[in-house]
Amino acid sequence: MSRFDYHRPNSIDDATRLRGQHEDSLFLAGGQTLLPTIKQGLAAPSDLIDLGRLDDLRGINVSAETLTIGAMTRHAEVAASAEARKAIPALAHLAGLIGDPQVRNTGTLGGSLANSDPAADYPAAVIALGATIHTDKRSIAAEDYFLDLFETALEPGELIVKVEFPIPKRAAYAKFPNPASRYAIVGVMVAETKDGIRVGVTGAGPCAFRCTPIEEALAKDFSAEAVKGVAIDHSRFNSDLHASAEYRGALVGVMAGRAVSATG
Amino acid sequence: MSSQGIGASVRRTEDMRFITGRGRYTDDFNLPRQTHAAFARSPYPHARITGVDTSAAKDVPGVSSVLTGADMAADGLGGLPCGWLVKSKDGSDMKQPPHPPLAAERVNYVGEPYAIVIADTPAAARAGAEAIIADFEELDAVAAVDQAIHAATIHPEAPENRCYLWSLGEEEATNEAIEAAAHVTSLKIVNNRLIPNAIEPRAALANFDASNGEITLYTTSQNPHLARLILAAFVQIAPEHKLRIIAPDVGGGFGSKIFVYSEETAVAWAAKRIGRPVKWTATRSESFLADAHGRDHVTHADLALDADGRFTALRVRTTANMGAYLSTFASSVPTYLYGTLLAGQYKTPNIHVEVEAVFTNTAPVDAYRGAGRPEATYVLERLVETAARELNMDPAELRRKNFIQPEDFPYQTPVALEYDVGDYEASLNKALELIDYKGFPERKKEANARGRKRGIGFSCYIEACGLAPSQLAISLGAGVGLYESGEVRVNPTGSVTVYTGSHSHGQGHETTFAQIVASRLGIPFEDVEIVHGDTGRVEFGLGTYGSRSAAVGGSAIVTATDKVIRKGARIAAHLLDADLDEVDFEDGIYKHRSSNASKTFGEVAFAAYVPADYPNDLEPGLSEKAFYDPNNFTYPAGTHICEVEVDPDTGTVEVVTFVAVDDFGTVINPMIVEGQVHGGLAQGIGQALFEHGIYDDFGQLITGSYMDYCMPRADDLPSFKVDTTVTPCSHNPLGVKGCGEAGAIGATPAVINAITDALGIREIEMPATPERVWRACKTAAEGGQ
Repeated sequence: MSRFDYHRPNSIDDATRLRGQHEDSLFLAGGQTLLPTIKQGLAAPSDLIDLGRLDDLRGINVSAETLTIGAMTRHAEVAASAEARKAIPALAHLAGLIGDPQVRNTGTLGGSLANSDPAADYPAAVIALGATIHTDKRSIAAEDYFLDLFETALEPGELIVKVEFPIPKRAAYAKFPNPASRYAIVGVMVAETKDGIRVGVTGAGPCAFRCTPIEEALAKDFSAEAVKGVAIDHSRFNSDLHASAEYRGALVGVMAGRAVSATG
Repeated sequence: MSSQGIGASVRRTEDMRFITGRGRYTDDFNLPRQTHAAFARSPYPHARITGVDTSAAKDVPGVSSVLTGADMAADGLGGLPCGWLVKSKDGSDMKQPPHPPLAAERVNYVGEPYAIVIADTPAAARAGAEAIIADFEELDAVAAVDQAIHAATIHPEAPENRCYLWSLGEEEATNEAIEAAAHVTSLKIVNNRLIPNAIEPRAALANFDASNGEITLYTTSQNPHLARLILAAFVQIAPEHKLRIIAPDVGGGFGSKIFVYSEETAVAWAAKRIGRPVKWTATRSESFLADAHGRDHVTHADLALDADGRFTALRVRTTANMGAYLSTFASSVPTYLYGTLLAGQYKTPNIHVEVEAVFTNTAPVDAYRGAGRPEATYVLERLVETAARELNMDPAELRRKNFIQPEDFPYQTPVALEYDVGDYEASLNKALELIDYKGFPERKKEANARGRKRGIGFSCYIEACGLAPSQLAISLGAGVGLYESGEVRVNPTGSVTVYTGSHSHGQGHETTFAQIVASRLGIPFEDVEIVHGDTGRVEFGLGTYGSRSAAVGGSAIVTATDKVIRKGARIAAHLLDADLDEVDFEDGIYKHRSSNASKTFGEVAFAAYVPADYPNDLEPGLSEKAFYDPNNFTYPAGTHICEVEVDPDTGTVEVVTFVAVDDFGTVINPMIVEGQVHGGLAQGIGQALFEHGIYDDFGQLITGSYMDYCMPRADDLPSFKVDTTVTPCSHNPLGVKGCGEAGAIGATPAVINAITDALGIREIEMPATPERVWRACKTAAEGGQ
């Protein structure tokens, strides 16, 4: 673990200013990925800018049409939030499936999205619900946000402030966890939104994506049965020790079907 | 049975300190002027070291010394020995290549240490280790056990990477019986490599005392006296009387802490060399790379049956991975702890086993919970279950038909062991009842209606614990005896301090041994203190492994306790003015049989130390020791039955019910025994479903963390149904057999037999991961297999 300077700013402005001053600095949110990465010597930032004191980045707010969650809101807070559970129960359920209690009590929504781990859970919800990611500079639509493996539309130094989730008519998340790490080998959120059926998939590809063939099948017939036999192109899917691309392809269909059943 | 005597579920004395954070593990000890060590480890599976530049490392702030394998060789240190000399079938000795604690010329596996860096802090030591610039000339490497003999030779002493070719049993008779058989079941069986994961990683803290020339090494050892013997006699770090090994609280071992490793050795050597205490605690990543791994066999096996379904012969051909070097007991695991167990619970008249041990560019492989016996049980119980299916017989009934019967004991197997006692049908019957075997077809139907495939699998295992007797084992190549020492020191006030050569690292000896002594002496449980894990306090010992502590260590304590009782009787006879044969001892009281006069144990103890009124011909004091050398192994056995449900869409396997009925002989503390069974079952199920140490084709470990190496967790497991049957061991004073490994031995085949039953397939590789099971479901659905 290399040496670094630690900052704990009290405002978003101070945080972004510090980030700009130190070229090799990084924002520290919950640290559940960043700190182990630094410990293993895979990252060596000159400065860490802890976002923990930025109360503007925390909190859960519900309006008639949207659920807005601050970037520094912990997974456990989302999972336990009465507002979140009422507005989008699928999202609260998803948050409760992330990692383990320690990760959920420390890890944050913004940290998860900024990191964009291909096997993280939140990206499936962002895609399926058509969320908008608000940063200190602009707003980014879900479809424009996830670009590739650990690659997002965020520019260097850009800070996620909050995420706005339109409240769907109904939605559900089904996750097939990696038995070892409990990350998603495949996680699928199915949502019926005002713009139609949206299906967000995490774990299967280099980053979260909309699964159009399943969306089309569900638009015709919103049933688990309708998903069966839908061909999933797994040619660009991840393949590793735990699951081949072909297996992940099969799991996308199975998990989508289970998510549909879970919407009730 | 008293509330704290033998047979009572006394709560563990040690738990309060463990769960309140008052345990003292090696890393909890700190000494004045202490330094910290880190190791530079090979990034290559096989390479020649062409240069080690330590100058940059020495410049790292806080680093005080950097010592390399060349420095160690220059100091004349010996290599790490293997403690069991196995002979090949042609009579030649196994190949034992040198194993320098720090590599000087070649590295043979990823993670092999070649330098130790000493610094003021652990972070500085690690920074120093990273700053070493070593030049390596890479050589071809091999990791897979079945490729070893075709690959580049690793050690010149072992051409084609062959270590030994060992055999046991009658080859010709076995082959003839197989030729003549009505039915032969054949399987290729892979026993997956496992990586032990004790909660506490290995650690060492060494101090050299220049005033008396003594080295004290605190370390995570299952057998501190063995470590002292090896470090003194072979590595020659210090003479045995100048070396003290303390293995304080140790957080789990499962075999991996039996062995003497490079790091502990290097730390002790470095402490003497620099004249300051040196401490090292492994990171989890280091544990994955450099702890001895377990299992890793490939086997071809044939079971022959006659027309009535009686086993007539068993032939087993195994290739066993030793890793890059022979670890302390590596050679004995796939031979004397494996081949000898292949009779199982059955009267198979002809058995022949041949084992080729090979070197590969992987971490050394040695004993891991069960050590050889899980591998043997897996081979046999997979074969038996498969034979039953091929012959369309009930797997329980096929086993019953072939069981050794109670009247057959003592039973001489064709593979060297003589079983003293057992009742295998009793365990089977109880297990069938517990799982409601008759109700299984209904449960299967019901699961089917839910889209789940339900299966049931059996495993009737035997194990051999308390490896013995010493003379026989030494004649077969063992480098040490297999007895245990026990010492019972009665204090003047009548409380008792017991010194045992067994070592507790989770087993609860401080409780069970105190139960034994307290009930035998008739004194309160609280008046007995158990001391273990310190060569400076305990006379000698061979430690804890192979489920030997109760059977061997406990027997030594009983023997010493009985000596105390006998000496006390002489004192009591004098005090009571009685003849020795008129004195009875019961419930802590010496009684004059005819006069009814009596003396308590405490009064006798006091008299022994304040000998005012005392026999003239008797030494004062009341302290006795014993070395107990068993005359046979003990043979725990039992039946495990597993029911699984498979989700064919995802390949997920759920262990729905698991029944374990074990015969451990006399049970001292049922709660501790049940805990041991639970832990063993978790590890056995872990091997079947989750755990797999994988090296890629280039020799890199790709399951080097919990992100990829899957440990079983509580929510992966059902609530176990466990029970016992009892046939007391016939040859030790307690009638105990041992329970530590049974779960890990019995569970694995039961799970795989259940999965193959659920899917109607013949084989599936371990671990039965979701993808493997999903593929098997797919193949079965498409009409394959």
